[in-house]
Amino acid sequence: MATTKPSWPDQIHRLFRSQRVRQVAYVPDFGHSRLIELVRSDRQMRAVPLTTEEEGVALVTGAWLGGERGVLLMQSSGVGNCINMLGMIQECRIPLLMLVTMRGQWGEFNPWQVPMAQATAPVLAAMGVVVQPVERAAEVVETVAAAGRLAFNTCRAVAVLISQRVTGTKEFK
Amino acid sequence: MTTRHRKPTLDRRQAAAAILRQRGDALVVAGLGAPCWDTAAAGDHPLNFYTWGGMGSAAMIGLGMALAQPQRRVLVITGDGEMLMALGAFATIAVQQPRNLAVIVIDNEHYGETGMQQTHTRLGVDLAGMAKAAGFRAAGTIYSPAELKAWIPRIHREPGPVFAAVKVTTAKAPLVLPARDGTVLKNRFREQLLGAKARE
Repeated sequence: MATTKPSWPDQIHRLFRSQRVRQVAYVPDFGHSRLIELVRSDRQMRAVPLTTEEEGVALVTGAWLGGERGVLLMQSSGVGNCINMLGMIQECRIPLLMLVTMRGQWGEFNPWQVPMAQATAPVLAAMGVVVQPVERAAEVVETVAAAGRLAFNTCRAVAVLISQRVTGTKEFK
Repeated sequence: MTTRHRKPTLDRRQAAAAILRQRGDALVVAGLGAPCWDTAAAGDHPLNFYTWGGMGSAAMIGLGMALAQPQRRVLVITGDGEMLMALGAFATIAVQQPRNLAVIVIDNEHYGETGMQQTHTRLGVDLAGMAKAAGFRAAGTIYSPAELKAWIPRIHREPGPVFAAVKVTTAKAPLVLPARDGTVLKNRFREQLLGAKARE
């Protein structure tokens, strides 16, 4: 795990506020734990824990139809659960910002995480999602800001893939 | 599953029409397949969002909509196969407790678009029981015209989340196809609901 508390989750939370994000759906990942905590304690946002990530794709669609912006937080394994539902996003041109923390990638210990990690960017791209990877902590906030503008201004699905290099490698001890 | 099967007798088109006749200013999400045709047959409306894909999405679209529009009733009208694909949505909706959301399953106990194979509800699975156990405030299964009549005001007005399974026959109803271009459906819905704000 990262030894110092990163500042980017707090900055992303402020960014959500400035971009008028109202519904934040998630299946937890360690890399998103601080951001989830901030969203849960913010009365201007609705935190929506999901049982599976594809629920969030549908939730954001309903939110947009109702006039609210939604964001979906997940780890890379959850991307695989979303694939068919992303067809609806593409067909209806629903703005969807996905923040994906990667597993199975940078110094991973668990071999079962590797296949989906390898497939994450290609399957998202295959479903028409704009994919924007981030390798450095210093670039997370500006990338999420740009991805949010792209998603909400052009009615597109945009996924920011946050490297395990940024979130820290899970240690099994 | 040892319980004896109770044969559905209600007509899907009549049941859906009876529910939608009293929609008022409600927002409606229709689940893919026959529930879309039932909803269209009851009268097309710009505040109907028909899903032609994304099986398992209907109830969760309804949740996102209900949270975004807390002053409006949101009705999800879907099928048993579609709902069975999204059982986790019962839990996710129950956690949010949207007062304005009702999920209605037009339950013919079969996959009607793919050759009338039995669904789990034909084999004893109780969707209303699952919704109730997840934490819906009200949930029931409707077999008779009298039960339907008693449930319609609850669907439209009782504090949600409300769930109702309406048991209907497998009798084939004529196809009534709504518009199918996703952006057309999205834009007309948002413009009707949000006015000029839809274009922000």
